[in-house]
Amino acid sequence: MEYSPGTEPEPAVTVSGLHVRRGSRPVLAGLSLTIPAGLVVGLIGPSGSGKTTLMRAIVGVQVLRSGTVTVFGRPAGSAALRHRVGYVTQDASVYDDLTVRQNLDYFRVVLGAGRKDVDRVIEATDLGASSAQLTGSLSGGQRSRVSLAVALLGSPELLVLDEPTVGLDPVLRRDLWALFHRLAADGTSLLVSSHVMDEAARCDRLLLMRGGAVLADDTPAGLLAATGTTDIEAAFLSLIEEGS
Amino acid sequence: MTITRTLATAGRVLTQIRHDPRTVALLLLVPSLLIGLVAWIFSDTEVFQSVGPAMIALFPFIVMFLVTSITTLRERRTGTLERLLSMPLGRGDLILGYTLAFGLLAVLQSSIAALFAVTVCGLDIAGSLGLLVAVAVADAILGTALGLLASAFARTEFQVVQFMPLLVFPQILLGGIFLPRDQLPEVLQAIGDALPLSHAIDALTAVAAESHDDAYVLGELLVILAWIAGAVILASLTLRRRTP
Ligand SMILES: Nc1ncnc2c1ncn2[C@@H]1O[C@H](COP(=O)(O)OP(=O)(O)OP(=O)(O)O)[C@@H](O)[C@H]1O
Ligand SMILES: [Mg+2]
Repeated sequence: MEYSPGTEPEPAVTVSGLHVRRGSRPVLAGLSLTIPAGLVVGLIGPSGSGKTTLMRAIVGVQVLRSGTVTVFGRPAGSAALRHRVGYVTQDASVYDDLTVRQNLDYFRVVLGAGRKDVDRVIEATDLGASSAQLTGSLSGGQRSRVSLAVALLGSPELLVLDEPTVGLDPVLRRDLWALFHRLAADGTSLLVSSHVMDEAARCDRLLLMRGGAVLADDTPAGLLAATGTTDIEAAFLSLIEEGS
Repeated sequence: MTITRTLATAGRVLTQIRHDPRTVALLLLVPSLLIGLVAWIFSDTEVFQSVGPAMIALFPFIVMFLVTSITTLRERRTGTLERLLSMPLGRGDLILGYTLAFGLLAVLQSSIAALFAVTVCGLDIAGSLGLLVAVAVADAILGTALGLLASAFARTEFQVVQFMPLLVFPQILLGGIFLPRDQLPEVLQAIGDALPLSHAIDALTAVAAESHDDAYVLGELLVILAWIAGAVILASLTLRRRTP
């Protein structure tokens, strides 16, 4: 691992010169960024700007054209990282024809996590009442919490969460964001994409993407100051429009 | 690859299927019903006695091919495959887990079909019944293995259903059911002799008529097992962790 003492702590993720094509067109064209460790980093940007593609590259399931993605000093997707990174896909990826607990039990074995971990993540995502229910019969918000619960198994050091709070009520969203910050306080690094601007305001740092490039990489307060606005939504709109 | 992950995957697939009793019933009974239909069509002739063994090879093979390829394709489409491949699950764990789960169903299905043909439809088996069931089971597992391989090349349900006529129908046409293979044009005969379903049909016919010794049947069984191993290995190798 390359990091000399005295400098900044090693970032969780370093992306440099990343080119990705999906279908016939370039989605990321020379993207470079770093995601510091131990923080909740928000990934925001218009629909189609490449957020999901970037996340797929970080967890190592995206075919890259060129460039490098490094996670904890290793190439993204390498075998040693596979139980250190948790990933929640944009659409809940769980088995509809298994109960909540059966889903978690299977992924727990795959991850090599302990039996008690299942109870811990059920509690963290408030799924206790529905743990014996078939996942396909859950509400949309409950299903996406099962997907989140799977990602929490084995306490990964990096959590990549693609719109994890879509379809959740304000109380649940508040509780989950409190959970994200608790995890970060314990040293977990989080990258969370969102379209909800009051969630963006709760992040430690924000990455604003547009057309496959990073428009801004700052703290929420820094973004407000730089754009002379008073809320994140206005800052977002001003940066998006300024760039176009 | 680890035994625990392979077994957990097999157990998970079986639990999924268990939640769908209608599929289990269809899977276990349809081949027998079709064999019964063929026996009924030819009830006043000697035809069933000669094509009956081939039917034991045919119907379980087709049903297992379809069920396996569609189930694995569904895993790809719902995002659970992407999630699994970002986890420490070996590609072989997944493919072998599926093979074990569907292999178990194939054992039940072919045993039922073979016993149904003998006891209900009155198919005379001159050779060993145990050997007949063994070949029938291997043949159904072959359907599973080829289904796993086919789903690797399909992106949609429509494509995977098209693989059936592409991969399965030629094996039926050239297997010697319609016209004995030694009466086919030379090139077609050579192709037919090489195809795996032909070996299953030959072996079952040989057991039924006791026209060859057990060593011949075991040899054919070995060829089928080699095809199974080849298809499973190829299916694991074509599974890509990264997708475009
Ligand atoms: N499988 C695919 N094949 C071809 N093009 C794709 C594929 N998936 C995504 N794209 C394209 O890549 C671009 C970026 O998509 P991506 O999913 O990364 O956007 P996003 O920022 O996550 O959007 P959203 O906020 O709507 O989720 C889009 O223009 C999309 O059309
Ligand atoms: Mg997205």
